[in-house]
Amino acid sequence: MCIGIPGQIVALHEQYRDRAWAEVCGMRREINIALVSEGDPQRLIGCWVLIHVGFALSRLDEQEAQETLAALHAMEEVEADVAMFLNAGETR
Amino acid sequence: MRFVDEFRDPQLAKTLLERLHQRARQLPFSAEKPMQIMEVCGGHTHAIFKFGLDKLLPPQLEFIHGPGCPVCVLPMGRIDACCEIAAHPEVIFCTFGDALRVPGKRGSLLQARERGADVRVVYSPLDALTLARENPQRQVVFFALGFETTMPVTAVTLQQARRENLTNFTIFCQHISLMPTLRSLLQQDDVRIDAFLAPGHVSMIIGTAPYAFINHDFGKPLVISGFEPLDLLQSVLLLVEQVCDASCKTENQYRRIVPEQGNLLAQQAMREVFQLAGDSEWRGLGLIEESGIALTADYASFDAERRFAPQAQSVVDDPRARCGDVLTGRCKPHQCPLFGSGCTPHNAFGALMVSSEGACAAWYQYRHREEAPQPQRAAG
Repeated sequence: MCIGIPGQIVALHEQYRDRAWAEVCGMRREINIALVSEGDPQRLIGCWVLIHVGFALSRLDEQEAQETLAALHAMEEVEADVAMFLNAGETR
Repeated sequence: MRFVDEFRDPQLAKTLLERLHQRARQLPFSAEKPMQIMEVCGGHTHAIFKFGLDKLLPPQLEFIHGPGCPVCVLPMGRIDACCEIAAHPEVIFCTFGDALRVPGKRGSLLQARERGADVRVVYSPLDALTLARENPQRQVVFFALGFETTMPVTAVTLQQARRENLTNFTIFCQHISLMPTLRSLLQQDDVRIDAFLAPGHVSMIIGTAPYAFINHDFGKPLVISGFEPLDLLQSVLLLVEQVCDASCKTENQYRRIVPEQGNLLAQQAMREVFQLAGDSEWRGLGLIEESGIALTADYASFDAERRFAPQAQSVVDDPRARCGDVLTGRCKPHQCPLFGSGCTPHNAFGALMVSSEGACAAWYQYRHREEAPQPQRAAG
């Protein structure tokens, strides 16, 4: 019910200030941007947003997304080190 | 898809699980008395079952599938009131698809449509607004259902309707607020919740501050989580690490979507259009103090209940269904005597079987064949 889908704003609506065009899974559709648009809406072009029932509800912070992934990858690397260390220990 | 596939990486999931199993051994919990983690989001519940995350947890941990699906906690009497309004010949009744099959005492909105009511499924409340513009001789009613994620969307739609002076558009308001329910659950003596996974998209609107009472007043750790398998596993790990480190705070795992302060524009729209409206009934849980939402005086003319005055319907949940016990972690879905026999997704008797985000429906879809009791064989 509360699930949203990420999309990228590609153009503003020709007529209405609170609407824009977003690309979602390669499809273009109209969305309402009233809840993410502060100041000049031009600044939204190229931004990723989370879309729920036709509304952009949050700007998707690409840096935070990358940092979460980087943290997860870092964990994997640490684990790999530990695994190598333990394996080396066993063979000795 | 961007930011979806990355959060489903199996190798990363494996690493996370190894870490989780390792840390869980340091918990003051055991397989006999596991740490109970309640998720309060239908999207989380569905993802947990879809990806089998509950089966991957170490034995010291257990999920409780809390009241996180607005369709599941929708009282039957409210559906009856919707059907009554929909039966007016001038009404076009618009609903999200999720609510179409939810049974009231006198049938669902789908059945009302079969009886001749003009019931339409819309993707967005803006679609209902368009119908109102295009059909000035009809009354368009939108069934506004959901937690704080959908509330600002309804609010913006009503602001638009007011600007356009639309007089043939109203909403049936079934918005509910999550926080009073969490408080009510924590105040029940026989409910044991050790930690919370908080809903990502409700939090994206309200921010992180409203959860503070869960840490301070009740001493329970909480992590706001995304919906992908790696999000959920990482969030569980954060909860486990909090308990291991004797810490108790609100953490935000879903920072790529959830700003600390939430969405201020959305909060402002909600404040203008909605107000707290006393107690509200939740299916399976009963009456919960201060959890109801109503329109403010400025928007009262958009209230469908005011315009159509349906009869107040009070329907008591059937005592055989154990929905409330499942929602509070007192039992598992398949332990309910009706599960899989008197209550299935095709013929839902209880609230949690109604929506695919309900714990019982998810259990039925992903687990039923493995774990449901098989009486014939047992008898033989």
